[in-house]
Amino acid sequence: MKSNQRKSQHVIIKGTKDGLTFLLDDQCSIETLKEELQKTLSDRPESANESVQHVNAKLVVGKRYLDRFQIEELESLFSEEMNVTINEIESEVISKEEAEEMKQNMQVTRVVKVIRSGQVLDFKGDLLLIGDVNPGGTVKATGNIYIMGSLKGIAHAGSQGNEEAIICAAEMKPSQLRIASMIRRPPEQNGENSGFEEGECAYLNEDKEMVLDKLQILSKIRPGLSMEI
Amino acid sequence: MGEAIVVTSGKGGVGKTTTTANIGTALALAGKKVCLVDTDIGLRNLDVVMGLENRIIYDLVDVVEGDCRLHQALIKDKRFDCLYLLPAAQTKDKSAVEPSQMKKLVDELKQDYDYILIDCPAGIEQGFKNAVAGADKAVVVTTPEISSVRDADRIIGLIEKEEHISSPKLIINRIRPHMMKNGDAMDVEEIVSILAIDLLGIVIDDDDVIKSSNKGEPIATDPKSKASIAYRNIGRRITGETVPLMSLDEKKGVFKKVKDFLGIRG
Repeated sequence: MKSNQRKSQHVIIKGTKDGLTFLLDDQCSIETLKEELQKTLSDRPESANESVQHVNAKLVVGKRYLDRFQIEELESLFSEEMNVTINEIESEVISKEEAEEMKQNMQVTRVVKVIRSGQVLDFKGDLLLIGDVNPGGTVKATGNIYIMGSLKGIAHAGSQGNEEAIICAAEMKPSQLRIASMIRRPPEQNGENSGFEEGECAYLNEDKEMVLDKLQILSKIRPGLSMEI
Repeated sequence: MGEAIVVTSGKGGVGKTTTTANIGTALALAGKKVCLVDTDIGLRNLDVVMGLENRIIYDLVDVVEGDCRLHQALIKDKRFDCLYLLPAAQTKDKSAVEPSQMKKLVDELKQDYDYILIDCPAGIEQGFKNAVAGADKAVVVTTPEISSVRDADRIIGLIEKEEHISSPKLIINRIRPHMMKNGDAMDVEEIVSILAIDLLGIVIDDDDVIKSSNKGEPIATDPKSKASIAYRNIGRRITGETVPLMSLDEKKGVFKKVKDFLGIRG
């Protein structure tokens, strides 16, 4: 009994209003952890209510790195023993690859170039283009796109699904604008100035509609864009 | 050691061949030793525009395949002793020549000539790759039409990738001054701002260009025509002279001025 208690210190369960939080020790081996989890989960008293409700779990793993297979194993363990799904894993460590990707997604890439018809530029993170995008040219970025010249081709911000991304251009005359999975093109009018409404920046509003507006609006709708000074 | 200039456009029918023939003639007029190379294998035209069609014995493909020596295939111009043409083959297609072979050929020509002008076929495929392989410089021809400017933009992008070619220069061909003035066609500044390369010259749309092409005499030999002056100016700019751009306004005669003053129409 005593040894059992000592062992179970590796797993601590806390109940919160959002579900259960599992604090997992980061010093023992993953095997020990799995064994103990299994025991703890199967030892739990039978629920008074037969139709056990769906429970969300959050794992706090400390300085332990869990790879994809380990996460899958834990997930199946949880769903077998109890009707629990893991919806969040809080870890203090990430792999080098993830860190590099995160860094790439954070950085701003400066490019001094005219993007001509048929050319495609694709970047991780934000793109600062010092030059034009000519008709038929395309720029893509996983983050925001800022164009110092005129945008006459296609710009695709948040190309991996970031709906918070924005597109800014000094001269906004795009043939198409894309943010995440939303696409907009200028309305087809016969007039001289057929195009979007006036504005130098494009973003998705709450209804996921693409809107063009003045730059000044950005400080209100995307306060996170600004660096802390 | 001469320099090789490729004349290209992407789009067909904008006047690459006419431009090549006339710049070549203009350079020859200035006393330079010039060789024109037609790389439009299968659809050769440069020989026709130069009026040298019936003098062809060997062509570019014969040279590349080793059926004749280079100087045997070169045709001397009727009018100028310092102007030569290397015609393309009419019976083969673009795949008959490889870019590396073209480079070797152009390098050989550079030994003997001041300027080698390479007439590029339309398109961005094998023919284009052959034409740019040996070039040191590029001239992009466009007209004030949106489709031709778009294709020129594409071509400039492709040329910029070729590291052996310095930044291309632009010729705007077939300008109709009244349409530009009325805003019905793109104007020179607009085209230059989109393409963002240096302007080498502008050529006005002139019926005489077609007339003289049909006769097999490049317009550049005509001393008076506006298009001819434009081509000769381009030639001078290629040799390094600074020549101001031609004004697009029609010169008014004294009679017309008096009429305008009195408010008489017509």
